[in-house]
Amino acid sequence: MEVLKIATAGSVDDGKSTLIGRLLYDTKSLTTDKLEAIERTSKKNGYDYLDFSLATDGLVAEREQGITIDVAHIYFSTDTKSYIIADTPGHVEYTRNMVTGASTSQAAIILIDARKGVIEQTHRHFFINNLLRIKDVVVAINKMDLVDFSEDQYNEIKADFQKLMQKREYQEQQISFIPVSALQGDNVVHKSVRTPWYNGPTLLQHLEALDNKDIYNVGTPRFPIQYVIRPKTEAHHDFRGFAGKVYGGELNVGDEVVALPSQTRSKIKEIWFYDQQCGTASRRSSVTITLEDEINLSRGDMLVKVGDLPMVDKRFTATVSWMDSQDLTVGNRYIVQHGVNKVLGKVETIHHKIEPDYSGVDPNVSTLGMNDIAEVSFRLNKPIFFDRFKEHRTNGSFIIIDSQTNNTVGAGFIG
Amino acid sequence: MENEAIYILREVAAQFERPVLLFSGGKDSITLVRLAQKAFWPAKIPFPLLHIDTGHNFPETIDFRDRMVEELGLELIVRKVQDSIDQGKVKEESGKYSSRNSLQTTTLLDAIEEFKFDACIGGARRDEEKARAKERIFSVRDDFGQWDEKNQRPELFDMLNGQIELGQNVRVFPISNWTELDVWSYIEKEKIEIPSIYFAHKRKVFLRDGLIWSHSDYVFQEEDEEVLERMVRFRTVGDMSCTAAVFSEAADIASVVEEIRESTLSERGARIDDKRSEAAMEKRKQQGYF
Repeated sequence: MEVLKIATAGSVDDGKSTLIGRLLYDTKSLTTDKLEAIERTSKKNGYDYLDFSLATDGLVAEREQGITIDVAHIYFSTDTKSYIIADTPGHVEYTRNMVTGASTSQAAIILIDARKGVIEQTHRHFFINNLLRIKDVVVAINKMDLVDFSEDQYNEIKADFQKLMQKREYQEQQISFIPVSALQGDNVVHKSVRTPWYNGPTLLQHLEALDNKDIYNVGTPRFPIQYVIRPKTEAHHDFRGFAGKVYGGELNVGDEVVALPSQTRSKIKEIWFYDQQCGTASRRSSVTITLEDEINLSRGDMLVKVGDLPMVDKRFTATVSWMDSQDLTVGNRYIVQHGVNKVLGKVETIHHKIEPDYSGVDPNVSTLGMNDIAEVSFRLNKPIFFDRFKEHRTNGSFIIIDSQTNNTVGAGFIG
Repeated sequence: MENEAIYILREVAAQFERPVLLFSGGKDSITLVRLAQKAFWPAKIPFPLLHIDTGHNFPETIDFRDRMVEELGLELIVRKVQDSIDQGKVKEESGKYSSRNSLQTTTLLDAIEEFKFDACIGGARRDEEKARAKERIFSVRDDFGQWDEKNQRPELFDMLNGQIELGQNVRVFPISNWTELDVWSYIEKEKIEIPSIYFAHKRKVFLRDGLIWSHSDYVFQEEDEEVLERMVRFRTVGDMSCTAAVFSEAADIASVVEEIRESTLSERGARIDDKRSEAAMEKRKQQGYF
């Protein structure tokens, strides 16, 4: 079955958890015992409606403060698709969680409170989803029940958002608008009779209609080697397989390939998936490849098709999203993990900080703090084999690891 | 999803020196074994299995475990909760709801220390429980096995950061993104053998708090709790004292899949250990539980 990963973004109290809870409830994905727990707690807290947000707010601290503080994953399925929703928090200080949630998603839902309209937070949510090149974005204008399902209000917010869209970098992003009331269920799963002026699909209908083929970015095939399989058993004495996942496009038996960094050429001899031999390794499949020639390859090396080489360089510039409480400083050294490849890198220049609300750039910076986004140049101790992020979402991104704390402290998108 | 799990297992083998697969005899860990076979074929699975034996297991599970290990030529390490009790490290719970489930943690942490495991692969899934929904694929634990849920590493795209300090270890969850139905469908498609208690069978049980408990020496039973014989099966397999059964006639894999599809009760709804409080799982995880 098709799997669709969706990121959600909304400010505190925009009703994000309620929307997800509503999706689960109306698709009958909440089991009896979970539903009972929700009814019980809602009653205990004195609510006169069911508090669906209780279906998703997992941690004790969240229940105490009534807010979501980390990325939670919620699962439900219909007859056509399996859905994984990354529930990412909306407050200003948690940009890092939004970037994280968006990095694994193909679609996004941005929530707007119909009473408040497009606010500064909305700019950030849109900026990040656009930066991460999420293909399909739904702007759900929520709490329509509190503005009497006013068409004018809806159109005004839509027009404001469309102004914002003119500033986007990734122009091909598909964006649609839906008026909803998560609390009362209008246009979430079922069509509302209270918005006769709206002829579009409900939120779920929209998601159901998304075609996986259009939702994934297709590029050229890249095969980073994860692990070398050498069984050294009698039956497979000379077997030397290169295990990895295929990114971007597909690879076929007989393809002429180049191994990086050695630049050695060979041909694909076999493609194995478990004990089955296949002619083709499709995008995102985890396979084992053997080559016609005996080449010495190890983890972090990459196979690509002849004539289809990525950039091979020790220097590059990237948009960095900083995620640590310790600042990024010019001259600092970090571990750069690009796919499965780890190299040492040094920050050479911070060109400018980008305000994620489209308010401009700040060229006078020498450090980056938590949640900052900036253009940064790196120099590495070894070359890596990369594409631009806009051409290759996987081979154009990397994470930054602090070698002292071992924490993942940032993410980068190569420009 | 199968591709993602294989990718994660290969990352574990490549990034860590002493990984281990935590094997409970349940369907999720059996699924992990199959995925590991696929990830490294034609080579053998490059890490051992570790079973933390509460001593209160269903005998069917243990028989199954030993047969599987033998057939696949795997390396199995068993550490017993009974030994931790005998050494005075943990105290047996008493009373009506006593269980050895939470005692496993000490035995597990001791085994990690004994073998210097730096990565423990487990079959936990995010759809099982609310606190697990926030779990990372690579989840770092300190040398007390503790989970700091407010300070987790962000995981971007499919890049997994396995850098740790000496003494720390990583819990790895390759089937994080699978649902219960996904696991069952996979078992059906791959024709994976699982212990017989997952299928409907006649068993001596008693009813308490709306749940079906096994009648056994390991489970405390009040005198007025009547023993019945019923057709039941289990949806999860833990310790006998913490796993409740469901009434079922599903005797083969196809009917089990059908039953799960139709079910309105969540999988962990039959886990007595989770019923203790709303935050039961989160509290156990902070203490180093799986």
